[in-house]
Amino acid sequence: MNSESQAIDEIALLEQMLLVRAYEEAIVAGSVAGKIPGSCTSVGQEAAGVGVVSALHGDDLILTNHRSAAHLLARGADPGRLLAEVMGRATGYCKGKSGSLHISVRELGVMLTSTIVGGELSLVTGVALSQKMLGRTGIVTCFFGDGAACEGIFHESLNLASVWELPILYVCENNQWQAFVHRRETMKTEHVADWAAPYGIDHATVDGNDVLAVRNAALEAAEQVRRSGRPFLLESWTYRSRGHFEPDDQAYVDPTEHAAWLARDPIALSRQRLIDSGRLPREEAVALERRVRECIAAALAFAEASPLPAPGEMTTDVYA
Amino acid sequence: MPTLTPFAAIGAALAEEMRHDPTVLVFGEGVATKRHELVDEFGPARVRNTPLAEGIIAGTAAGAAATGLRPVIDLLFAPFLCYAMDELVNSAGKLRFISGGQFAFPMVTLAMTGGGWGVGAQHNHNNEAWFVHSPGLKVLMPSSAGDFKGLLKSAIRDDNPVLFFIDLALLHQPGEVPEGEHIVRLGMANVLRQGTDVTLVSYGKTVHACLAAAAQLADAGISAEVIDLRSLKPLDGAAIVASVHKTGRLVVVHEAARMAGVGAEIAAQVAEHAFASLRAPIIRLGGPDAPAAASHPLEQAFAPDVPAIFAAALSLCH
Ligand SMILES: Cc1ncc(C[n+]2csc(CCOP(=O)(O)OP(=O)(O)O)c2C)c(N)n1
Repeated sequence: MNSESQAIDEIALLEQMLLVRAYEEAIVAGSVAGKIPGSCTSVGQEAAGVGVVSALHGDDLILTNHRSAAHLLARGADPGRLLAEVMGRATGYCKGKSGSLHISVRELGVMLTSTIVGGELSLVTGVALSQKMLGRTGIVTCFFGDGAACEGIFHESLNLASVWELPILYVCENNQWQAFVHRRETMKTEHVADWAAPYGIDHATVDGNDVLAVRNAALEAAEQVRRSGRPFLLESWTYRSRGHFEPDDQAYVDPTEHAAWLARDPIALSRQRLIDSGRLPREEAVALERRVRECIAAALAFAEASPLPAPGEMTTDVYA
Repeated sequence: MPTLTPFAAIGAALAEEMRHDPTVLVFGEGVATKRHELVDEFGPARVRNTPLAEGIIAGTAAGAAATGLRPVIDLLFAPFLCYAMDELVNSAGKLRFISGGQFAFPMVTLAMTGGGWGVGAQHNHNNEAWFVHSPGLKVLMPSSAGDFKGLLKSAIRDDNPVLFFIDLALLHQPGEVPEGEHIVRLGMANVLRQGTDVTLVSYGKTVHACLAAAAQLADAGISAEVIDLRSLKPLDGAAIVASVHKTGRLVVVHEAARMAGVGAEIAAQVAEHAFASLRAPIIRLGGPDAPAAASHPLEQAFAPDVPAIFAAALSLCH
């Protein structure tokens, strides 16, 4: 990649990260005001999500979980329909039946989102089996947390994906927290990536707060999955800056740890790098931020004006 | 009519459906070993052994079903379904609804259940009612070789996740299977014997006990109607209610525990929809609220037997 296209790329990536942040902030503000249900925000993890999704092809598929805003928005989901879903409106991607926790958008290849911790890991092998057996070219990316890696199904999934040679890019967003428990309390290893090798799966760990590093690592990892047809595990080392589920006062979080990670905020890092290198004039950065805020304001207005589901929807979409 | 064991009928249904539709595949613990004739015909990609890991087997099936394949998985014994509950109940059963209808899960899960092998409660547990209580799933439990074949073919063609329970005691009992394309629609009970005095409703191996009891009841001057449910969900409530309108008496019989079992739902539906026709209280015969024992006499005593069904029907008629 030459420096010109890299510059364009990073501004586009920054814009996506800003969009994710503004989207989550709108949900937080709405939930404080009692207008929007609480959710699991991806604040602090924008680079980890945006960087990976930017490395995927249009026919690749994605499985994700409750902390999915960066994956969905980076894939091109309409923030209005996402907010409508979070607010339980009929215009939401899942007709308001999902809420924030398990939003799938099949038309964008975001499949079978599950908020059962480890659910996506149990399903991704089947999705990849279909890709392989039906001769489709896209690989399947599976986002999960360090908490999910402590579920037995993580190990079952890696084992089967390796034995059956399935084209899966496993992406662990190791955000240090598993709801209200620090990963140090639950794992004897720092890195989830360490658990890949025993299953015969190649792996890498990347600075998950550096969007370019994540993108480059994901490009390489995805390329390896495409070439080999075999799984790869990429771990993004990152941080859940807000609580587990809004509202969350984070009284249980070590303030030193929190401060150290806030100082490495992925959006501030990327913005500063672009400004310092002269690739993004400061006024353009401000204009970018304004555009994103306007986009989310319009999305919110759409969601708020959207109808609630008809009562009959309670029993539709149960059986095919 | 040719006779087949249910084991062979299942094999025939699998082979026919795999021939009929190239997206059908079958996997599970030892499937490729036990059904090597399927491997010979369809190759190792469509007939697969798996690791001993029921969760990922069921999850893989759900993921594959949602994206273009029609998997049949063999999870061996019904208690092992506990390891696959999340994938069957939370994923296959719910993600269609949660996603607003974006996905369908055309998949079949095979599991053996019931007494007959004497290996105790961790292999023998009639837990079919759990799945009846789970939205988005269909549940079958045939009693005859013909239905094993015909229902399995329908289940494979159905676009929903289907739990297909195999009563272990029936697996190697030969029975008639119609020749050619034999399809049995889901959700239809089968009236195996017409009667006017009492309705015996059952599924799985206790259907045969009901038929034997009905023959004895006839000798005692009582005309018993025997209904084989076959499909626990969708449940053919209309067939049961119609029968009770005619007979005014109902005995529900299954090996599964009585407490919150399928029989409880049937009794409730009859009380709701045929109360005025009832001439006696409803009787439910089923297993106790206890794990199944390995010891042969205890294992066999779990399921209602012919004398118990006979006595129950007789008591209603006097
Ligand atoms: C099976 C299951 N157990 C517990 C929960 C409750 N829960 C939801 S998210 C979560 C934490 C998951 O941690 P991790 O996998 O690290 O992902 P993160 O939330 O940090 O992104 C928990 C415990 C759940 N949804 N599913």
